[in-house]
Amino acid sequence: MRTNQQGVALQVRNLRKAYQDVVAVDGLDLEIYSGECFGLLGPNGAGKTTTIEICEGLNSPDAGEVLVLGRQWGQDDRALRELLGISLQETQFSEKLTVAETVQLFRSFYREGASPADVIAMVQLQEKAAARVGQLSGGQKQRLALACALVGNPELLFLDEPTTGLDPQSRRQLWDLIEGFKSDGRSILLTTHYMDEAERLCDRVAIVDHGRMIALGTPRELIARLRAEHVLEFALAGDHAFDEDPLRRIEGVCAADRRNGTFRLQVEELHRTMPALLQELRRQGAQLAELRTHSATLEDVFVSLTGRHLRDD
Amino acid sequence: MIEKRGLADHPLVQLTRVRYREFFREPEAVFWVFVFPVLLAAGLGIAFRNRAPEQTAVGVVAPGDTTLVSALRQGEELDVLPMSEATAREALRTGDVALVISQGFEGGVEYRYDDTRPESRTARLLVDDALQRAEGRRDPVPVHDRLVRERGARYIDFLVPGLLGMNLMGSGIWGLGFAIVDARKKRLLKRLIATPMSRFQYLASFALSRLTLLFIEVGLLLGFAILAFGVPLRGSLPLLVVICLLSSLSFASLGLLIASRAQTMEGASGLMNLAMLPMWIFSGVFFSASRFPDAIQPLIQALPLTAVIDALRANILRGAGWQTVAPELAVILLWMGGSFLLALKLFRWR
Repeated sequence: MRTNQQGVALQVRNLRKAYQDVVAVDGLDLEIYSGECFGLLGPNGAGKTTTIEICEGLNSPDAGEVLVLGRQWGQDDRALRELLGISLQETQFSEKLTVAETVQLFRSFYREGASPADVIAMVQLQEKAAARVGQLSGGQKQRLALACALVGNPELLFLDEPTTGLDPQSRRQLWDLIEGFKSDGRSILLTTHYMDEAERLCDRVAIVDHGRMIALGTPRELIARLRAEHVLEFALAGDHAFDEDPLRRIEGVCAADRRNGTFRLQVEELHRTMPALLQELRRQGAQLAELRTHSATLEDVFVSLTGRHLRDD
Repeated sequence: MIEKRGLADHPLVQLTRVRYREFFREPEAVFWVFVFPVLLAAGLGIAFRNRAPEQTAVGVVAPGDTTLVSALRQGEELDVLPMSEATAREALRTGDVALVISQGFEGGVEYRYDDTRPESRTARLLVDDALQRAEGRRDPVPVHDRLVRERGARYIDFLVPGLLGMNLMGSGIWGLGFAIVDARKKRLLKRLIATPMSRFQYLASFALSRLTLLFIEVGLLLGFAILAFGVPLRGSLPLLVVICLLSSLSFASLGLLIASRAQTMEGASGLMNLAMLPMWIFSGVFFSASRFPDAIQPLIQALPLTAVIDALRANILRGAGWQTVAPELAVILLWMGGSFLLALKLFRWR
């Protein structure tokens, strides 16, 4: 049943969807190649879930075209569903069933697929196979959701915020599982608002905000587009009046801005910029309260594009 | 990774097994569906059991007159209590005696009683009969009493089909309604329709599991009623099975209709109570539905539970055949088809 191995797994053209008073998706175009892991990265409310649910055939668009594995929804949906694996946000499986019973139930819906025991082993839930779903931890429940998405041997996998609300260890464990699935050569569309998740898992990332795509590329390309490899953030002690214009003239500074008393510089080479920055601070008589630097991430890409952070918290 | 698959891997079998697991792993559901109706039948059966004929207490105010007392004590049905005037007045008022006999004018007697109390009217007849016979009355028509104590005419016999109907309604509506609203609330319905699962099979699994649980449910209650109270089963067993199957499917369809849109448990249970309350009251579970005014009888007869209970009583107590219960079966089928079609139209999978 492996078709469409070469080419495009999912194509979305000019997708639009509005709810009563909110435009959730505002003319989105996506193309996901077979065998790649594509990430929709954006803050909450950016339209990621609406987009992925339209692609999953669970929601209908107001306008636009969606081709899933070369087919449209509304023709032979059941045959198409045989080829898809889906993990929704916030699905609660029946708490009174065991892990094995749940996976077995989902397996029964597919004509072809993996054996439940294999899939349970794949997501490392063997020891919990006989446990009731109600007794699982959050991470284990997410791995069960992944098992139910994988049990039909899907060609295309949709994962809507697979690690939201999990502790760091569970997230890393889930990432390993998804990477394993990627190496099988299947296609994945995942949504996330964690930049580290997108950087680690995705071959290409589309950054979306307010229902539109504002950037597209590999994580490396997007970060390179900042022209700066590092981000330098500092805060000053006291209520010292500080003129930030001279900062922009320092050699190697690509951009500078100030939010809530924190100055943020995008910097090409730290070792050249640092002495100049310290000199400028001394010139204006300011004292440092905090100084941080990090390598530029997708988060910085989002901040430089929108002036906001991915997560408000 | 392709494995061999048998009947047990059929989605309908899997879905139906899930229904059983969810039911039997919920002890409260098992109690309300299986145990509670039996307890209710036991409690009401004991409270309303028919007792051996009791003696009726009557008071006699006749100081120094023993002939009156001994005349009354000839019969077995009277408990004759000589008492003072003051005690008699008090006993009559509190209902300790049904009637007070005292000396009247010109050698006669006076009966004091409340004619709105059936017990007192009975006492009046018994006392008068005993006194007149003692004085030598002879009846012109010879009579002979033959006592018939018939099974099937007692309150418990009337009650058991009513409880059976009520139980079929409760388990159908609650069993289906809660499970579906719960799955919708947890977004499990949405997750299920994201698979190639057949939606028809999902709904059919509820019907299938209802039909099998039904045999346990009906068997327990009827078995208990037959063994403990000797309730008769006069009708044909196949007809009884058909009535129960159709009733259960009909209430399950109603449950599906109620659950077709509700997003919360609170909303769903409100709707369920709204649907069931009129039937608990009007459909004749505990007393005959014919006690309500004629004006509302057409409405009462149109309720599914009324039809179910009428058909069950006709079959169990009177041994009625297929033709007799055909109108009730028609009402049940109409409710089944109507609610199912409407539910399919309204049903929200998300």
